[in-house]
Amino acid sequence: MPQRYRILLPVVSLAVLLALTFWMQPRAMSYFGLNLLFNLAVPIALATVAQMMIIMVNDIDLSLGAFVSLVACVTATWLNDAPLAGLLILAALVLSYAALGAVIHVLDLPAIVVTLGMSFVWGGLALFILPTPGGAAPGWLRSLMTVKPPLIPMAVLAAILIAAITHLMIVRSGLGTVLRGLGGNARSVARAGWNVTALKALAYGLAGLFGVLAGMALVGLTTSADANIALRYTLLSIAGVILGGGEFIGGKVSPVGAVIGALTLTLAASFLSFLRLSPDWQIGAQGAILILVLTARLLFSRRGAAA
Amino acid sequence: MNGQDDAPVVALTQAAKHFGPVRALDGVSLQVAPGDCLGLVGHNGAGKSTLVNLINGTFGPSSGTVDFPSGAGGVRSVFQELSLCPNLTVAENLRVSHPGLKGIGWRRAARAEIGATLDAIFPGHGIDPDAEIDRLSIAERQMVEIAIGFAPRGGRARLVILDEPTSSLDEGIARQLLAHVRGFCAAGGAVIFISHMLGEVFAVASRIVVLKDGRVVADRPAAEFTRAGLLDAMGHVATEAVAQQAARTVPGEVVIRTPEGLEARRGEVVGLSGLAGHGQAAALARLYLAQTSSWRAGRGARAVFVAGDRGRDGVLPLWSILRNVSISVLRRDARRGLVDRAAERRIAGDWRGRIGIRTEDVTNPILSLSGGNQQKVLFARALASDAPVVVMDDPMRGVDVGTKQDVYALIRAEAARGRTFLWYSTETEEVCQCDRVFVFRNGRISAELTGDGITEERILEASFEMQEAS
Repeated sequence: MPQRYRILLPVVSLAVLLALTFWMQPRAMSYFGLNLLFNLAVPIALATVAQMMIIMVNDIDLSLGAFVSLVACVTATWLNDAPLAGLLILAALVLSYAALGAVIHVLDLPAIVVTLGMSFVWGGLALFILPTPGGAAPGWLRSLMTVKPPLIPMAVLAAILIAAITHLMIVRSGLGTVLRGLGGNARSVARAGWNVTALKALAYGLAGLFGVLAGMALVGLTTSADANIALRYTLLSIAGVILGGGEFIGGKVSPVGAVIGALTLTLAASFLSFLRLSPDWQIGAQGAILILVLTARLLFSRRGAAA
Repeated sequence: MNGQDDAPVVALTQAAKHFGPVRALDGVSLQVAPGDCLGLVGHNGAGKSTLVNLINGTFGPSSGTVDFPSGAGGVRSVFQELSLCPNLTVAENLRVSHPGLKGIGWRRAARAEIGATLDAIFPGHGIDPDAEIDRLSIAERQMVEIAIGFAPRGGRARLVILDEPTSSLDEGIARQLLAHVRGFCAAGGAVIFISHMLGEVFAVASRIVVLKDGRVVADRPAAEFTRAGLLDAMGHVATEAVAQQAARTVPGEVVIRTPEGLEARRGEVVGLSGLAGHGQAAALARLYLAQTSSWRAGRGARAVFVAGDRGRDGVLPLWSILRNVSISVLRRDARRGLVDRAAERRIAGDWRGRIGIRTEDVTNPILSLSGGNQQKVLFARALASDAPVVVMDDPMRGVDVGTKQDVYALIRAEAARGRTFLWYSTETEEVCQCDRVFVFRNGRISAELTGDGITEERILEASFEMQEAS
């Protein structure tokens, strides 16, 4: 029951925001309009899912924005110029994320510190690969991100796909259940005979994988990259997970919620533009929306606990 | 010892475990054969948990051996502190300890398996396999944990270690468990049963092993022990009715009265009883919060709280023993807003002696203590304050017999000095120590018993009455 409540609020928040947007700007209610509204939500949704994998095991990743930027730079240069080498680099990045998870667990380091440190490493590498903004998206990626499927816009279809696949991976599958259990009570998982180091590495590796997908999707949309292109993704992804009904500790995460959270955040930005709010105020207003939703959730959960 | 199979499930030979200079286990030789139900008793810190951890392989012995002549498969542990994943459902928790559940439809198989096991052990349990653990009561969680221990999990449980399995269960459900354990052993399974409730140990164990200071001091068939003999072996003089002999204080004026009819006088020990989960804990929490509104709390709060769920609302895990004790009196003893360290140290040292906290140094981290000793720290914290009302939420969970007697005496002495105690307990024996008992049923008070009227029969009667009728 509570699992279902948890998904209810993100859905309602998105629906309300969507209704308000359509009311302000009825032309957005079209194939083209929706695609435009949610275009940039695709990489954010992928990054949010990546962050969710980390939050799921009670850690937090402060390097995600820098990591996605690095992936974007690799995609716009190596993957375009030398696809094989590019793929190898991306695979190595995923593996390094998995290794990071193992190191954090084995040495019992605080993830928040390690990932903060790593953000400078990723940022430095990104600058090294692409000192000035530029590069080009591989053609296949470009056409993938601008594909026009019938009836449903690409952005919406992609969001549904991401939500469905990650839901299967994390909520329905046995291994995903164990991973969530790791966030709930790592000791009990260890006692049941699981190798916690391997599980942590798996969670981080999945985060790395989705981080790589986020960077590639971003370049597919923007066609070029920059070492600082996705820095704000760190906070956006954390906000998206929480907005989607996840909790910082206890392994309580919802992949569908996380994707919806990412859509809501993207939509909030467009909505505020439609309000003709000065960009100076937009970040503050986005924060206000976030606080509003979280307050609503707190009230719901209090009532749920009292009942 | 039915002797169907001579090979023991587990055999320890001179197994020892040292943690630095501490000899947690000092050369233990022990065998558990199929069909055995081994009652393991000993007071806190006697080495029971260490022995369990050696058998289930959490760590290896420092010296000696732990052998599983017929393989280590099918050895399960049910731990004292609850070890389920609170964010997962009952069925999903089974999946965590049963990697064999795979492929499409594993959920259905998990639901069926855990449901069947729960039905077998606790008929009429009413637990939904799809319920998330953190929505269940503490008793239900313990039932789930026990069921996971006994579940087939792709094979068969051969040895189940139950560490204080009934600490949160009420009597009826505990009886169901004991019946299941007897049946399980009769069918050739082996159980190591650890409990502070000697009545339960006598009810199920075929053999009793007494641990004291890391050594086995007695290992005999259960029939050869008497209750007094067992307490003697554990190192405590049998003082079964000591608290009853203590002079009951003459109660003073009423200090607490709640709309639901709960009433407590100055110098009185008031018990809250009834089946677990019938509103006692909620009544206590309401009462405590009403007494300690943060707006009105001045230098001294009117009430202090002794938690039963240590991990959740008791210990401050990162702090030392000293700080865990002194937190309740920091404001009282502060000088110009600064902590008075000397007073802090004096209080902690004083209470270490009075309540017998087993540590060389009160600046050790609290988690270095065993569960029972952590509980003593929580008692010291509450009693060190000046609050006239002490609210206790099943505080004796997992505390050994000797400590219990000490604490009973302490409570009596403090009550004589004019303190009021509100005591929720799942153990009837404890409730019988009280001056006045309120029995709860379905969230309401169903009976008020005083003085000689407090008997196990009357309490049970008041707990069950209506349920039989409806």
